[in-house]
Amino acid sequence: MNLDDYRGVWVFIEQNDGKIEGVSFELLGAGRKLADKLDVPLAGFLLGDGIKSLANQTIAYGADQVYVIDHPVLKHYRTESYMKGVIYLAQTYKPEIILYGATPNGKDLASAVATDLSTGLTADTTMLDADVEKRLLEASRPAFGGNIMATILCKKHRPQMATVRPKVMKALAPDYERSGQVIEEKISLKEEEMRTKVLQIVNDVTKKTNLADAHVIVCGGKGMGDLQNFQLIHELAETIGASVGGTRDVVEAGWLPHEQQIGQTGETVTPKIYFAIGVSGAIQHVVGMKNSELIIAINKDPNAPIFDVATYGIVGDAMEIVPQLIAQFKSLRTEKGGEVSYA
Amino acid sequence: MHIVVCVKQVPDTKIIKINPKTNTLDRRSAPAILNPYDAHAVQEAVKIKRKTGGTITVLSMGPPQATAVIKKSIEIGADRGVLLTDRAFAGADTLATSYALSKALERINMDLPIDLVICGKHAIDGDTGQVGPGIARRMDIPPITSVIEVTEVNQEEKTVLIKRKLTSGYELIQSEMPCLLTVEKEINDIEYSPMPNMIKAARYEPIIWSVNDLENVDRTQLGLKGSPTIVGKMFTPPRPEGGKKLEGSVSEQVSQLMEILMEKKDLFTLTSSR
Amino acid sequence: MPEKFDVIVVGAGPAGTACALTCARNGLNVLLIERGEYPGAKNVMGGVLYRQQLEDLIPEFWKEAPLERPVIEQRFWMMDKESVISFGYKGLEWAVEPYNNFTVLRAKFDQWFAQKAVEAGALLINETVVTECLVENGKVVGVRTDRPDGEVFADVVVLADGVNSLLSKQLGFHKEFRPDEVALTVMEVINLPKDKINDRFNLEDNQGCTIEIFGDSTKGNLGTAFLYTNKESLNIGVGTTLSSMIKAKLKPYELLDYLKNHPMVKPLVAGGESAEYLAHLIPEGGLRSVPKVAGNGVVVVGDAAQLVNAIHREGSNMAMHSGLLAAEAVIEAKKRGDFSETSLNSYREALYNSFIIKDLEKYKDAAHTFEKYPQYFKEYLPMMNRAASKFFTVDGTPKRDKQKEIIKSVTAERGTLRVIQDLYRAWKAVK
Repeated sequence: MNLDDYRGVWVFIEQNDGKIEGVSFELLGAGRKLADKLDVPLAGFLLGDGIKSLANQTIAYGADQVYVIDHPVLKHYRTESYMKGVIYLAQTYKPEIILYGATPNGKDLASAVATDLSTGLTADTTMLDADVEKRLLEASRPAFGGNIMATILCKKHRPQMATVRPKVMKALAPDYERSGQVIEEKISLKEEEMRTKVLQIVNDVTKKTNLADAHVIVCGGKGMGDLQNFQLIHELAETIGASVGGTRDVVEAGWLPHEQQIGQTGETVTPKIYFAIGVSGAIQHVVGMKNSELIIAINKDPNAPIFDVATYGIVGDAMEIVPQLIAQFKSLRTEKGGEVSYA
Repeated sequence: MHIVVCVKQVPDTKIIKINPKTNTLDRRSAPAILNPYDAHAVQEAVKIKRKTGGTITVLSMGPPQATAVIKKSIEIGADRGVLLTDRAFAGADTLATSYALSKALERINMDLPIDLVICGKHAIDGDTGQVGPGIARRMDIPPITSVIEVTEVNQEEKTVLIKRKLTSGYELIQSEMPCLLTVEKEINDIEYSPMPNMIKAARYEPIIWSVNDLENVDRTQLGLKGSPTIVGKMFTPPRPEGGKKLEGSVSEQVSQLMEILMEKKDLFTLTSSR
Repeated sequence: MPEKFDVIVVGAGPAGTACALTCARNGLNVLLIERGEYPGAKNVMGGVLYRQQLEDLIPEFWKEAPLERPVIEQRFWMMDKESVISFGYKGLEWAVEPYNNFTVLRAKFDQWFAQKAVEAGALLINETVVTECLVENGKVVGVRTDRPDGEVFADVVVLADGVNSLLSKQLGFHKEFRPDEVALTVMEVINLPKDKINDRFNLEDNQGCTIEIFGDSTKGNLGTAFLYTNKESLNIGVGTTLSSMIKAKLKPYELLDYLKNHPMVKPLVAGGESAEYLAHLIPEGGLRSVPKVAGNGVVVVGDAAQLVNAIHREGSNMAMHSGLLAAEAVIEAKKRGDFSETSLNSYREALYNSFIIKDLEKYKDAAHTFEKYPQYFKEYLPMMNRAASKFFTVDGTPKRDKQKEIIKSVTAERGTLRVIQDLYRAWKAVK
């Protein structure tokens, strides 16, 4: 394999029902930086049925080129059909880097493609950089339970691939004046050759935790002490209409269901206000919430790492502080004929 | 019906500690356990077998003491287990791991044709989730990841009906068998193993295979040699500056905080206490 | 169809494992049931392992067992609030094979030891709680566990289920403890770098030190404290009888905190990171507390049989030896095909002829003496410290005069006659 044959940074543009996933825009933002650093074009690649029109949006978010494979068999994501397309494109155009969102489909696709291309794949990356001289992708991720970062390199194989956590990278503001090149490719796919069929897609919004979309999140950590004290977290959240989240410890202790875990192995969230109460701030947790707009930390230990990411911190006992907060909020409330508003 | 479950022995990350000075893993007190997702994979195989009958084989790769996770799988209800252990496998990344496991699966398949392979969604020490799909590609069978329900197994038609988790909601997939599933924790609850299983597991001696027990192995694809990825460096990310710590008595601090929050009061929906 | 074994051993601590190991080695079909996640997960001991009894089972075990450090120095401290009288012995003969005793971390050691029983052929089952003994026609015929299809049968059931042996209580072998029969021990493992340990305790890499502490460590309550050196950690603990605890309205962790912050102890543990905290009941009732140890189809070993020497802090060695003796009795019973109480009573006889019961006999009054007369801890230790301070302070007073002064102050505080009475009583208790 001649490594120099491979040039360019590619991003998998994941779409569902003709709508591009947010993580793909984020990756175009991160990919743009890598491409500029390596002095190569940034390309997006799109697969689906009737999705050509999404190419413009891809360019607006930073791509120089968009590779499109439009085919009825690609209507719903399936590993076997999508990987065929991606492998064809990668073998034809030889990009040096391919990034995928670490969504269920993105991870599924990347794992299959990496196997067939016999190349390296780094999972759930949270930091991306490039060594220009060696033309190496430096993909970093929390390792060993999340208290340390490891940078993974793929020195002798191309393309270098990584899946990237949603909501960690920043998307560029779209510029619909940008111009770019759209390259359409055709591959042969036959429905009768497919071994899997998507029978039904159920958008279950209720099942999905409202964490990802919540404006305000109250997250409790193991520092709450026990399940009974943890009820304070629920009470505060209920008082201010926030969603409840927890750290890995809390979920493993059974105080909260798995869906409410925030962090590397749980949800990544970016609310307007994030309360971290009794949360120490292990890296594996912080990667899941550090992009929140306003972070309020309450912790007994003045040296807890959570204070490093917090906008405001209170060093003190949550059992003492949280009830006061609840009381303050309750006193703000006036009720007029069942209508609740601020005094 | 022959179901193979791939399992891994992992350090219990709940207990794991990092030596802050050397940034290395403190393995002293971290007991090795069956990867929790894999326990659910074995449990799902047991649930399927209750309906279809057949055999459950578990397969693992690791050091000799990883026989413990095979025994644990027997406790849950597997019938037999194979451990791949050889220095040639050491240092494998996900690509080299899926290669070695697929070679073992080839041999298992020759002995008794495989209908279904089940893996955990990911291992808690690596969190990658890449080995399962990798195995499926190498066996050339469809991978179905993030499975939350095995709705139906049709032995006559050789098909399965699967619910697969999506970013929001799920999809219902029909797949030919053999295929490979990777399962989420919510797929089932681990049952408390009955006493006869415990005794069987304590007595059980796992089948041990070295690289020489596998056929047509390309040794350059094994272990460290066969791994395209390497760990470049380990680091603790630079601590950001951090924000402002409030000062004063508890009630003063709470008042200050309320002032800050009131700037964003539109975000709160104060609920009625009634 | 539930299985039948020759022997079921309940509890994979030192006693249960020693018994299972010996039975398995002699060709018996053994099931060893442990409630913890693995053997050692729930065990607490000061952390000193004596050599002899384990060597009887596994010759030259020190070559492979996960031991921490061979103990080459044993110190005894009589501690007051801001002072300590220290004496002890350090000898390099203990630093070479066969050694004298060792510090161990139970979580590691018990796993290794149980593995030996497994290698000998015993079946080990973890995470399983035995809820009761199955009794038929007055004979124990097996156990019921908390698992589905949880009944298992055996010729003999060995109860090694620890000090609060619910199973021997169920059989009516012993009654509920009186609070003065059990000590509550709280212990912490504190991680500390090897170099620091070596410096602070004046040791080389493969050398260990134990400190037994009397006096202020227990806030003047009956009990003792200890500080042992592991490879890269310290075991620090304090134990006192439940009755003293109740009387003084003390919480276990308060006692441990007090000890760790004691000015004589603090510099030794400073800067360490707390790795584990454990609390455990230890029988300290001596011979008086030993229950019935053999019945029809059942024997009781180790802590479950209350075999602990409270004065010399021996427990695991007695446990192992009792396990071995029980195994020998079971093996004989198997040969005879008779598992009745009469047959198994050979265990009771062997136990009462061994060092275990003899030692318990010797010290049977000790705990009660100290419990009843708190002046030993509350008054004499501070007094001795004051005396030592006077004696060693160089202030121009002749040593002879100092001695007189010391004796005078001691007798003045408690009265000559009472001092003599106390001394006699203490001598009688521990002689």
